[in-house]
Amino acid sequence: MALEIRPLEQFKIDRLIPIHIGGVDVSYTNAAFLMTIAVLLITALLVFGTRKRALVPGRWQSIAEMSYEFVADMVETNVGHGGQEFFPFVFTLFMFILFANFLGLVPYSYTVTSQIIVTFALAAVVFIGVTIIGIVRHGFHFLRLFVPQGVPAALLLLLVPIELLSYCIRPFTLAIRLFANMLAGHTMLAIFGGFAASLGLLGIFPMGIDILIVALEVLVAALQAYVFAILTCLYLSDAINLH
Amino acid sequence: MDLSSAKMIGAGLACIALVGAGIGIGNVFSALINSVARNPAAQGQVQPFAFLGFALAEATGLFGLAIAFLILFVF
Repeated sequence: MALEIRPLEQFKIDRLIPIHIGGVDVSYTNAAFLMTIAVLLITALLVFGTRKRALVPGRWQSIAEMSYEFVADMVETNVGHGGQEFFPFVFTLFMFILFANFLGLVPYSYTVTSQIIVTFALAAVVFIGVTIIGIVRHGFHFLRLFVPQGVPAALLLLLVPIELLSYCIRPFTLAIRLFANMLAGHTMLAIFGGFAASLGLLGIFPMGIDILIVALEVLVAALQAYVFAILTCLYLSDAINLH
Repeated sequence: MDLSSAKMIGAGLACIALVGAGIGIGNVFSALINSVARNPAAQGQVQPFAFLGFALAEATGLFGLAIAFLILFVF
């Protein structure tokens, strides 16, 4: 094969500004750079979008208001009225993942959410936060979450460990879902791109497929941000309302 | 059997996971079409759940696909 395909090369982390503090590598990497851009873009969209405060919103104000209302609706319907105080957290999560996913689709940029450590850190924050909220709100009563209502006592011996296990693997499934979606999508793009490069004139067919995959990836990028946010809402609802 | 052919076979086997994802996504959207055909007014209410189900079902298949890629390109 004349042209070697290395589809996973796009996930390599480069140190842009090497920083070492006490033997710990805290370099400013390309992943950190993309995260900075994502945060700056979100801030710019919301600050400049709402600056005019027009009664009839313009384009940018509409986008800012739509994203706000979208997440506010999601929190309201899934957590209930008591969940509005967690709206800023869910909104931040949603916007960050959405922008990180979309920025990853820009050619030659970097997909932050394709690093499992990033998604796992986000999922761990959700998991630990939800558990703490549940314990603070309900105290010892929080353990009722693991005991299903209206079940015979004999069955509880089986069900409680399952409920406990399914609670404990939540951060892993939450992290791996986002990570695997981003990794698989972008690897697929690179593989078909490699086919297109090595096939010459016939490469137009894999290129056509690549264009379709990009369309799918745009959908997936938005959808995975939505799924992450809505699952966060559902977990919050579990901790606040205890089923 | 040498390592590279074993890798190919392993990656192919890992892609079987996509069967389940296909069935799942088909189920989700067939249920959506069924429910909207019965009650078109409910479309706005059920569509978000359909896309949530689609994303959850698709993710399980992608776990398998990610494993296939890892087998092929990492090890």
